[in-house]
Amino acid sequence: MTARDTSYAAVMGRKNEIMKASMGMDYEDFIASPVAFDYERMMRETGYSLDDIRRIQSETKVGSTPLFELRNITAAVRRIAGPGKGATILVKDEAANASGSFKARRASVSAFEAARKGYKGMIAATSGNYGAAVASQAAQRGLKAIIVQEVYDSRGVGQPEIVEKSRVCEAYGAEVLRLTVGPELFYVLLRTLEDTGFFNASLYTPFGVRGVETLGVEIAEQVRARYGKDPDAVVITHAGGGNLTGTARGLLEAGCTATRIVACSVDLHGLHMASDRDFNRKSFTTGHTGFGVPFATWPDRVDVPRNAARSLRYMDEYQLVTQGEVFYVTELLARLEGMERGPAGNTSLTAAVTLARQMDRDQVIVVQETEYTGAGKHQNAQLSFARENGIEVRRGDPRENVPGQRIVIPERLEQVWGAVQDMDRLRLSYLRNAAKALPVEQWSEEDYAFLGADVKKDAAWVKNALVMEK
Amino acid sequence: MELIPAGTWVEIEQVILTPEQRAPSLPEDTQRTPYVMRVSGFLVESAALGQSAAVKTLIGRELQGTLRGVNPSYTHSFGATVPELLTIGVENQP
Repeated sequence: MTARDTSYAAVMGRKNEIMKASMGMDYEDFIASPVAFDYERMMRETGYSLDDIRRIQSETKVGSTPLFELRNITAAVRRIAGPGKGATILVKDEAANASGSFKARRASVSAFEAARKGYKGMIAATSGNYGAAVASQAAQRGLKAIIVQEVYDSRGVGQPEIVEKSRVCEAYGAEVLRLTVGPELFYVLLRTLEDTGFFNASLYTPFGVRGVETLGVEIAEQVRARYGKDPDAVVITHAGGGNLTGTARGLLEAGCTATRIVACSVDLHGLHMASDRDFNRKSFTTGHTGFGVPFATWPDRVDVPRNAARSLRYMDEYQLVTQGEVFYVTELLARLEGMERGPAGNTSLTAAVTLARQMDRDQVIVVQETEYTGAGKHQNAQLSFARENGIEVRRGDPRENVPGQRIVIPERLEQVWGAVQDMDRLRLSYLRNAAKALPVEQWSEEDYAFLGADVKKDAAWVKNALVMEK
Repeated sequence: MELIPAGTWVEIEQVILTPEQRAPSLPEDTQRTPYVMRVSGFLVESAALGQSAAVKTLIGRELQGTLRGVNPSYTHSFGATVPELLTIGVENQP
């Protein structure tokens, strides 16, 4: 083997060739300009039909999860809602997937594809439930797995949720590379791909996102069978965008064209994602605005040349909730519904409580995931850790929450209210980022059409938005 | 110096990038620190804590670093009781 230059700059410079070798896929085939690419063709050319994906997933304990009606939480919401208000809240119990979260759907197709193409193993850079999913799916397909995780601050302290997510990867037989805080995670990923020749099980490939489509299809089928209609709204915890994109695509494939697609993230404004100090001042490690907003307003900031997860393409609204509100609702799920699930997965349930209160009684709102719980992945573990790290924790009005300083747990359900994000502001922010990739003067009609579709609008809307900006 | 026998489950640590080698435009608090990796595996040859050592990971890959612990374990838990959580749910009963 010839010695390669492993300096930061040299490895980053080899990014494209490493990516190409580690996925057996050439993005150049789809790219039309620094902005536009043929998104639908890229998704289609994974070569898997929805039926194929269902079959692949059923082989490795993924999918067909139960959809439960949260009768007591719905009743509690109706008691505080106005006359005729209070939609029925349903939850898709994705914790029932192998590895305990919806991320198994995302890893399943990648593992199948990696095995089919003859790779010996797969690698993912993630501090989320995705690591467990990749490890679990790899184990079932006879592949080796390496998980590259941001775990510690410079003192060597990892917050309980991340430590648990590290442990579980090892439990499924993966090699876990535990790193301190920094975006150089990507550098380590590239070096490890190069050293091993393994498959890049990136969260953002078409395989990953298509694997989530079955979740949307199952929701459509289950709601129709039980309520004789399409879901009125589906609430989706949003970080990198794959959960929202895949679920929405599945709903559309099943014909749910009128279902409102609602994104939801935990509000962590003011905390820097690459800061060693801020790292352990967050009580949520994903599903928060630190990922949700940047990924919505520029999806192509990822470890693949073009991101298959494009949330603004499918999103109708975007709700923010506070950490305290999510912990409160997580506790309610246990107390009222007899279901103990991990707090991060309950982010969307928190927004659903707010939305159901405003929706009509005959409407149906679906919370599309749960995640497993246990030591570390638990509201008590997270709050206890926050308190040890100097964060104030108290009951009160969640509007007094300050990320990284104060977590305020609501005193009553009425106080779970969240906040709505301005969608057009997000869309404009996306266009400004596109203008950084290619100056507006150089945008072709194809670019305008792509950008329009990418923000769930059209070319005319984009042109008009640019005029208004000036 | 006590030698840890080959085959023992251990943790090694490796400085991936020194502060000078790190990515550009990091927040100042992160920029000051080295980028460090820890990984667990079976010790390939006997070595003492603090010495350079190789491990074979769970997937059989050999990695090099400084030996920093024997039988690394997980101690995360449900944490100390947070009394603020205990009364949630009661107020929502009919």
